[in-house]
Amino acid sequence: MAARTMFEKIWDAHVVHEEPGQPSLIYIDLHLVHEVTSPQAFDGLRMAGRKVRRPDLTVATADHNTPTWELTRPIEDQISKAQLDALDRNAAEFGLPFYYDRFSENQGIVHVIGPDLGYTLPGKTVVCGDSHTSTHGALGCFAVGIGTSEVEHVLATQTLRQFKPRTMEVRVDGQLPNGVSAKDVILGIIGHIGVNGGTGHVIEYTGEAIRGLSMDGRMTVCNMSIEGGARAGMIAPDDTTFDYVRTRPYAPKGAELEALIEQWRQLPTDAGASYDHTVVINASDLSPFVTWGTKPDMVVPITGQVPDPNSFETTAEREAAERALEYMGLEPNQRIEDIKIDRIFLGACTNARIDDLRAAANVIRGRQVNSDVYAMVVPGSARVKAQAEAEGLDQVFKDAGFDWRVAGCSMCLGMNPDILDPGQRCASTSNRNFEGRQGKGGRTHLVSPEMAAAAAIAGHFVDVRDF
Amino acid sequence: MEPFVQLEGVVAPLDAVNVDTDMIIPAVYLKSIERTGFGPNLFDRYRYNEDGSENLDFILNQGPYRSSKILVSGPNFGCGSSREHAPWALEDFGIRCIIAPSFADIFFNNCFKNGLLPLILPETDVRRIMDKAKDNPGFEITVDLEAKQVRDGDEEIVVDFEVDDFRRYCLLNGLDDIGLTLQHEDAIAAFEARQV
Repeated sequence: MAARTMFEKIWDAHVVHEEPGQPSLIYIDLHLVHEVTSPQAFDGLRMAGRKVRRPDLTVATADHNTPTWELTRPIEDQISKAQLDALDRNAAEFGLPFYYDRFSENQGIVHVIGPDLGYTLPGKTVVCGDSHTSTHGALGCFAVGIGTSEVEHVLATQTLRQFKPRTMEVRVDGQLPNGVSAKDVILGIIGHIGVNGGTGHVIEYTGEAIRGLSMDGRMTVCNMSIEGGARAGMIAPDDTTFDYVRTRPYAPKGAELEALIEQWRQLPTDAGASYDHTVVINASDLSPFVTWGTKPDMVVPITGQVPDPNSFETTAEREAAERALEYMGLEPNQRIEDIKIDRIFLGACTNARIDDLRAAANVIRGRQVNSDVYAMVVPGSARVKAQAEAEGLDQVFKDAGFDWRVAGCSMCLGMNPDILDPGQRCASTSNRNFEGRQGKGGRTHLVSPEMAAAAAIAGHFVDVRDF
Repeated sequence: MEPFVQLEGVVAPLDAVNVDTDMIIPAVYLKSIERTGFGPNLFDRYRYNEDGSENLDFILNQGPYRSSKILVSGPNFGCGSSREHAPWALEDFGIRCIIAPSFADIFFNNCFKNGLLPLILPETDVRRIMDKAKDNPGFEITVDLEAKQVRDGDEEIVVDFEVDDFRRYCLLNGLDDIGLTLQHEDAIAAFEARQV
């Protein structure tokens, strides 16, 4: 058989039906469901008298609307509550065995719990009505975000109609310099390829720097594939992946797992297989990054300055930069380190795993949050929260003056009560710095957990390498 | 799903690149469990002032643009989240076609599932339509999916376009994907049998 990329191997193994000129029918091994993009899909099933074809391949949780205050305090927003109640009802009516409501010990951001609980596995096809489904590709699976009509389609048929995407290799050669995290890798990549550089493609991240990342770090990288416009991101499974899967509560165990691992060793891209595009980045060119604008590719090193819109080549770029600077309240050529911060958000499916919390805790241990800053930590799941508490990280954060919250999507998208006030400036470990994303008029700068932690202490951006 | 065959209507020019889904409809308005009713919150952050009154500087609040059926915008339209509420909000407002040089993948796909046509035209043609719509409030064009052509009344602008045959077929006939897929029930069952 001809040499194939990892994506092609997974795709080929899941084709149910193909006809020339039509999208392929692809079987879906894991469907993750949350409260925001599913109610209309369940309604569609109900109206057509359809069932969920494979409840056993469907995992649901409540994450976007859930308040991050203590679980004993009721939900105040009745519209949010109605949406959460709808998921409760739908899970019961359609017989979903794996539903983790906001009180469950397995609850959390859907892209944190999928891999962490052992549902996401190498070689699988994974979908969710959420663009950051690309996260799961870190385990060596094909994971795509879909809309609500497709959620309904997968619930009814366990398949997805997809035109085969093209492939793109993003190779990061060499070892990461000290102080450069997985978040900086992906911000650097998006800065390089642009917010639509990956459109129509599945990105496979390769190279020594990627191989050297932990599973949590790899998930951070794959999470933001969509910010580069890609359909999905993926990383070949290796011993790091297999060791991770071995410790997941609901993953296969023992001889069954070891047999699977032998199969998974065949997944990586064959020597001689070709990608439609390849982009090469040298790890030595990466540094801690900060976004200055309102799209994730508007990014500069911490040692840099806010760009002058006149420095851009095209009229469209200049106008976009001018508009971004006006929205962000920044001046051309202002030093990034001189930008003062009002809020810190350490959380989101990008950076709310245990490695992220450990890294941030290491920066702040024994220090105090600046008196002009309000800082919060929102662990990615109830399990991450429990693990952090077992390690005493919650105390490190609380001692420094951080607010320690309950798991959820929180201020990543401003759907629950955690939002920025107009004009407030936030150093955020999330994935989108769009206008108004974290609240109307809110100003978001995307950074790594380490950089957010350092900014919390300093009150402005600061190079974590000198901190 | 309502078939999309030929659409004639006012073109609203939204001259911006990378219009994202948070601009189209912010997350705070995604709490409804219905498919309809999102139109009033389309471009909410731009359409309304702090006090809730209409921002008259925003294109969709101006004269004939209030009844726009077609939106023309810059590249990478619809980037960001998978929220189908974005095409739902556009449709609820009355817009059934978006013309741009390129679209983000998930948004592009979501449009077809709801009887909306995301139409990719070359940048120069997009610019001609944009400029004419800006200079002539109330400017109308016809998007003819049957003939794969966009044209204006005086036929100054006549552009033939390409759209994937399968997606065009589904739009022209208002076809629901699930029904089509369930015709392959045997193939799905056979695939599942091989997995065990």
